[in-house]
Amino acid sequence: MGKISVKVCTGTTCFVMGGANLQELHDIIPKKYGDEVEVNASNCLGLCSINWEYSKAPYVKVNDEVVSEATVERVLEEIERQIAKQ
Amino acid sequence: MNNLGQAIHIKKEILVRIIKAFLSDDFEHQARLIPYDMRPKGMEVPYRCCVYKERAIIKDRTIAGLGFPIEEDDETVSLADYAKRAMERTEISDKNLTVLQAACKGCATNRIYVTDLCQGCVARPCQSTCKFGAVSIVNGRSVIDNTKCKKCQMCVNACPYKAIVKISVPCEDSCPVSAIKKDETGFASIDYDKCINCGRCIAACPFAAVHERSQIIDILKAIKSDKKVIAMIAPSIAGQFPGNIYQLKTAIIKSGFDNVYEVAQGADITASTEAKEFMERMKAVNEKKSEWLTEWTNEGGYGETEENSNEEIRYFMTTSCCAGYNQLIKKHLPEIKPYVSDTKTPLFYTAEIVKKDYPDAITVFVSPCVAKRAEGFENKNVDFVMNYEELGALFIAKKIQITELDESKYEIEASKQARNFGYSGGVAESVKKSLKDEDVVKPFIINGLNKDSIKQLKKFADCGECENGCNLIEVMCCEGGCIGGNATINNQKIAKKLIDNFTQNSENINKIQ
Repeated sequence: MGKISVKVCTGTTCFVMGGANLQELHDIIPKKYGDEVEVNASNCLGLCSINWEYSKAPYVKVNDEVVSEATVERVLEEIERQIAKQ
Repeated sequence: MNNLGQAIHIKKEILVRIIKAFLSDDFEHQARLIPYDMRPKGMEVPYRCCVYKERAIIKDRTIAGLGFPIEEDDETVSLADYAKRAMERTEISDKNLTVLQAACKGCATNRIYVTDLCQGCVARPCQSTCKFGAVSIVNGRSVIDNTKCKKCQMCVNACPYKAIVKISVPCEDSCPVSAIKKDETGFASIDYDKCINCGRCIAACPFAAVHERSQIIDILKAIKSDKKVIAMIAPSIAGQFPGNIYQLKTAIIKSGFDNVYEVAQGADITASTEAKEFMERMKAVNEKKSEWLTEWTNEGGYGETEENSNEEIRYFMTTSCCAGYNQLIKKHLPEIKPYVSDTKTPLFYTAEIVKKDYPDAITVFVSPCVAKRAEGFENKNVDFVMNYEELGALFIAKKIQITELDESKYEIEASKQARNFGYSGGVAESVKKSLKDEDVVKPFIINGLNKDSIKQLKKFADCGECENGCNLIEVMCCEGGCIGGNATINNQKIAKKLIDNFTQNSENINKIQ
């Protein structure tokens, strides 16, 4: 079973548009999933420059899935989906 | 930081679009298009009845972003014209808030209401508990006469079925000084004679109807001019943006400013000045006390005169750096004035230094809250105020990636305690650590102004004494301190952690001599 990777975008757009709160994920994920899920802060993922620009920020990537308008709850839901897939 | 989710997202997006419009070749045209760009034809309507209403409301919000009052808009003036007027304006207003009244319609009036859960019981505790005769029984159900009801909520608590509810108006409930009210037309409006600019209503309204009147266009104009523009960043900014405050300095310069000062530099002056003042005041208390003791022993008890002069003794001092608190003193609590430290705010000292270093420069304070707009307006050394959301929007519009930038040093590094000014307890701690004998300070922390804490302050002022022998009252208008300001980006818990991580490596504050 592969490790699930969570990349939290800390690009300026994501951070200002609500991503600041996602830093809680760095505490929550290790507590909840231990080694199973790896969470990292990432430089700008470049997602804000395509599609709806900043209006869908903040973005988080869970494996290859993009979570837009990300909140802690949404990211945790996506992690659950990815775990179920495996 | 507020929990308004999407509503606050829209406000920020509008700011980004306004800045982008300003930076484009045709500001007026691009400003006019903002509602259409955000709600294009054929788009699924996210919140309201139709795309036209969505656009009308975005237009209103854009008016506030351009710095004008929404209430005065008669709907005939286009955003292009507002953009033009913003470019032509040379002065800013002292009225910092504006209400998007179209959003108030969805909000019921503040009242006590009997719901369908009323069982029409025999006991009728609602009726017997009401002291104002406002509850009557119609068709076997309780009904409240709103002309008699004083909203005391006795019936709400008395009903065994929990059938009676208080309908809240979040802006009214959040205001500590009853300055915002839904009037007879059903629209909220702000009484500026009462308003202390605390920004609670901004954070409380779920429709995000209350807006700050932005000065962003005035700031962008200043940046575009030949004059130097200097940013002064509040201590609470550490933890509001990605990267550290040295990268933040680079980012601010990259966005067009000529230099950046930490307001924590001024906080160091505030702390040491306040510490000196505190010692003088406490010395006066001790002298007075020993004087009385001598008189008391000599004369065998208090005479009439001594009891009268008892009023002059001031056992405590309050801090003076919170702009919301300073407005409260001026408008609602003049009796506490003699207890308030005469020391100026960190912004005051910083702006003074900047104007000395750059006499012709335009100064911009980067602020966590709307209250500092009022302070900035009253201080001739502070030309404009920009909040964290607006600075964030500027970075987004200019595509500045803070974490990828090099660090820039500050000419003067502030102390650890000065950099901790932005959270509750930080100011009292700085005074304490400035003294050789730290134990003299017995702090009492007012963590957020609300109706109860204002009553408490009033009581202290009336009796001249604080609780439990405390002698230094730190007052911060926002819960949590400046990190809880209405225009903060990060949540408090994370923000405080980031500030602590950053300041643990800063030098301790100097002791006063």
